[in-house]
Formats: sequence, C-alpha cells, structure tokens
Amino acid sequence: MNQGPEQLLEERERRIRDAIELRVPDRMPFVALFGFFPARYAGITCEEAMYDPEKMMQAWVRTMRDFQPDAYENPFTIRLLGPLLEILDFRQLKWPGHGLHPMSSYQFVEAEYMKADEYDAFLFDLSDYMVRTYWPRVFGAFGSFQKLPPLHDLISYYMGLTHLAALDTPEIADSLKALLDAAREAKRVVRAARAYAEAMQSLGIPAQFGAFSQAPLDTISDFFRGTRGAMLDMYRQPEKLLAATEKFLPIMIEMAVRAARRTGVSRVFIPLHKGDDAMMSIQQFRTFFWPGLRTLMLALIQEGLTPCPFFEGDYTSRLEIIADIPRGKACYAFERTDIFRAKEVLRDQVCIRGNVPLSLLSTGSPEEVKACCRRLIDTVGKGGGFILDASTGLDDAKPENVRAMIDATREYGVYA
Amino acid sequence: MPTGLTDALADLKEQEALALVQERLTRGEDPLQILRDCRLALEIVGRRFENREYFIPDLIYSGEILKEIVSVVRPNLTQEQKAERLGKVVLGTVQGDIHDIGKNIVSFMLDVNGFEVHDLGVDVPPRIFVEKLEATGAGILALSGFLTQVFDAMRETVEAIRAAGLRDKVQVMIGGAQIDERVRAYTGADAQGADAMAAVALARTWAGGKGR
Repeated sequence: MNQGPEQLLEERERRIRDAIELRVPDRMPFVALFGFFPARYAGITCEEAMYDPEKMMQAWVRTMRDFQPDAYENPFTIRLLGPLLEILDFRQLKWPGHGLHPMSSYQFVEAEYMKADEYDAFLFDLSDYMVRTYWPRVFGAFGSFQKLPPLHDLISYYMGLTHLAALDTPEIADSLKALLDAAREAKRVVRAARAYAEAMQSLGIPAQFGAFSQAPLDTISDFFRGTRGAMLDMYRQPEKLLAATEKFLPIMIEMAVRAARRTGVSRVFIPLHKGDDAMMSIQQFRTFFWPGLRTLMLALIQEGLTPCPFFEGDYTSRLEIIADIPRGKACYAFERTDIFRAKEVLRDQVCIRGNVPLSLLSTGSPEEVKACCRRLIDTVGKGGGFILDASTGLDDAKPENVRAMIDATREYGVYA
Repeated sequence: MPTGLTDALADLKEQEALALVQERLTRGEDPLQILRDCRLALEIVGRRFENREYFIPDLIYSGEILKEIVSVVRPNLTQEQKAERLGKVVLGTVQGDIHDIGKNIVSFMLDVNGFEVHDLGVDVPPRIFVEKLEATGAGILALSGFLTQVFDAMRETVEAIRAAGLRDKVQVMIGGAQIDERVRAYTGADAQGADAMAAVALARTWAGGKGR
C-alpha cells in the first residue's frame, strides 16, 4: 500500500468507469450500500448514528478504512436525520430512539398520504397541494399549513395580499419556527456530509453517487398514494395516475441534474421499488413504470450523467424491456433477478451490479460467500461489465463475510 | 359451475360484479351461494397468479372487489353462515419490524380465501404470538418480515412457541423480501413462501392436516 490517495482515487474511479463503460477493468470492482452496517461494526447504536455526527463520522470512516471498497456512498444525508425528523415531527418514518429499538434501522410507515380523490388538486397545482395538504399529513410540525390560503392567490397588491391575514395565528408561528429550526439542522447535516466526502477523498475512495432520483411511479406510490392505493388507481383511475407520473417526471430529472452539478459526481442513484415481476404485469410495467423510468434515464444520459438504477426485487421476466438503453451509459444493480440470465440479455448493453444474497452474508460462512462470489466473477464478470456487490444494503451482514467478498475480488477478480 | 358473477370477479370487472350481486340479492337468492361463487372466482384469480397471468395489483384489486361484495351480502347471512371458515391463522410482522405491505396482502388473501385470520399487526413480540395461538387454538402461524434483522426475531418466535409446548400443534410459515430456504432452516419454521398465494396454498394443505 504505497500509493497515495490521489493515485488510489484515480485507479478506483477508472476501475468503476471501465466496468460501466463495458471495458475490462484491471480487476473486479467491489462496492456496497453499507446501510447501518458501520454502526454495528464500530460498536455504536443505530440511534447514535442518527443523532451524533461525531460518532457517525468515526464509525463510518473506520469501516471504510478497514474494508477499502472501490467507492463509498455518503451516509449523512440519509442517516443523520434524527434531530431534523424530530423538529418536523415526521410521520413517514419510525427510527431508532423514536418508536424503534436503538439497534434497528429506520423504517417507512406505509399509508395513503394522498387520498384517491385528490388527483385533481395534485395536478392543478402540485406545490400548493403539497404545502397545504400533503405536508400537514407528513410533517406534524406543518399541521397548521392546511389553514394557509392557496399559495397561487398571492399575485399582487390587490390580488391576494390581505389573504396573509390567515397567517396571523400562534399555530402558524410555531410551524414557521419549526421550518427555520429544521433549516439550521439541515445545514448541520450538509456540513457533516461534506466533511465525510473530504475524509473519503483522503482515503482515496471515490463517491458511488453524486445525485439521487426515483422512477416517477415509485415517487407517487411510495410517498403519496401508498402501494395499495397506487395499485388500485391502475384500474380505477389509470389516466390520472399516468398524469401524475408525467407531472413528476421533469421534477425527478431536474432534482438529479442539479445535485450532480453541485457534487461534481455524475452517477445518479435510482432505487426502484414497485416495478418488479411480482409488483405488476409486463403490460402494467410497460404502461405505468418503464416509460417514466426510461425517459428519466435518457434525460440524465443526455446531460452527461450515468443513471444507476437499483432494481429491487426480481426483474428476470422484463430484462429484454430494460435492455433498451444506450450502450455503456448506465449501471444496473440487481437484487433477486437471475443475474446469469441478466448477463446473457444485457452483456453488450449495460454494466451489471450485484448480487450476493444478503441471507448468505448474514447467516453463511466466509467459504460459502467466497464460492458464491467466485461463481459470479467467473460467469457474470467474464469480459468485464460487472461490479460485485451484495444483493441489497449490507446492514446485518457478518463482517467476516463482507471481507470474504473483497478477498474474492482480489483472488479471482484480477483481469490483467 | 362458474356463473356470470364468478367470471366477472375473476376478470376484475368491478361494476359488473357488483351489479350482478345486487341483482341476485334482489331476486332473493341464497347469499351463501353468492359467496361460494365469489370463492370460486378467487380460486381462479389464485391460479392465474400462479400462472403469472395475474400479479399483486390484480390480487389486491380482486380482494377489494370481494370486500365490497361481502359488505353488501353479509347483512343477509345468519350467524352460523358467517362462521363458516376453513381454519384459523395467527399472523403478524415480527418484533423489530414495522413493515406491513406484504403482511397485509397475505392477511387479506387468507381472509378472502376462507380462513379466520388473527392479524396481530407489526412489531409483534414472541409472547404475543404465543398468547394469541393459545387463545384461538389456531394451528397455523404466519410470520412476516422485510428487514434482514428479522431472521433472529423469527427464530426467537419459533423458539417461544416450542417453549410454550405448542410446537407440535402449530405449523409455521415465514415470508418477506430477504426470506429464502436458508433463512427458513435458520429460523426453524416449517415452510417459507414467496408470495400471498404460496401462503394460501400452504394454509390449505395444513388446514387439512395438523390444524385444529
């Protein structure tokens, strides 16, 4: 290990790029979504990680130093959220120290945060609908915003100004105070995230992603209508559901482009939730899911970015459909998809990432893990275009099994 | 014998199915026969799901339609008719996990397929499962979990059932995003299933055997 961090950074960045652009890298890259694994590994609780930037920094830096992945993911903006969520009285999550055990990861609270009959309001003025109807349901601290006048009423001196009278209540004052407190807290998170990025740079580890986005249907289903609600809408009001996904498409594009410009990292993480083999038919996938996702990815590629969707669940039956993407411009991570079949279908088109089962990493032995990695490296990794990863976030994987994955890339994954 | 109602429900024609139910009730037909036709339809839906013609949205929608039908038909049933059930299932998401999408679908499909379902909700401690099994005398336990941290909670739940002396009276099935045969062996459950119809199929088999 006599390479400096700059050389290491360059070497790893090239390794990942080679894989994504379908060239043969010097060796098989290893990356992972570490989840709350570093907290457990370094002996702090998940609760401490969500509230204490110092402890989190130490735990995560130590993990990255010990495991030396070929790229890191910045945990601060998705993990150090405890104080921020508390200020906002956030309803869509339960987290350690707030309804869950200190060693548990945070969990989503599924509900219809948007009702079936609210599409018209949603489509008429999305921001107004969100601030006055959706926010009060999702953020307890913004409950009073349901009493605000429509935001688009405030046009000019005799158009809307006096509507502001509705804001003169103690409840609105509390909500506005919470908003400013949250702003201060958000700044603390951003600062910690920046410090972590610098720490990773000094370890010579490049960033996996510099931006985030979602398939439009997932955004509607996850956060607004709920899984069940969105599924019923596919039958009862398909046109409105489609109109809502179209409304969100440019927002999903812009969100990613702006973040990538800010971070200077071109890879965009796109976790996918509701489009897999079980969640909808091929026809529903072609109608409600794939058009939004594909247009999003094409728009990102047009901007010089690299979409990195994570196909959660099993997409084996729809590999031919998702193969329709410009060559060497994206990276597809798979969870339960038959990755050997994925290689057959996607080999000349797109880089594949995955998928050592987490059940194996949590309950198996290092020998079993190595054997699994070897099979992946030898078949899916043949000729490049493959990045070795677990099937999903590492969270409860045994450390010796994560080490076995990394050892496997060095023992069996050297191409040169 | 499939009827117009059976086909309408199996083909997910909501308005048509509801109109047919209304028509048959008005004609004074046996409400139990209406529900039997619906159960037949749900069996067709289940087969289509197994054959990958139908998917989770179709299951949910068929269940939604049936729920509406039942709410119309139910007031016409006698107490005895209301109690007609295939077997009892205790079900819940194990301790430490609050995810309920998968669990709710399984609960719903067991219910509409004729089982008496005792759904304990999410984040359920082993003790509560044991108490419910004792109170209901159910012969089937279904454990759900989305996270990887549930492997241990499932194992502890199976262990608690053993400790309470119920293990040979209760069959245990597990399911969830990260569940596979390896996890089943680790937890000591009797079976694992990939989806709601697998749960229904298992429950049907078990209700004929060990279930009380």
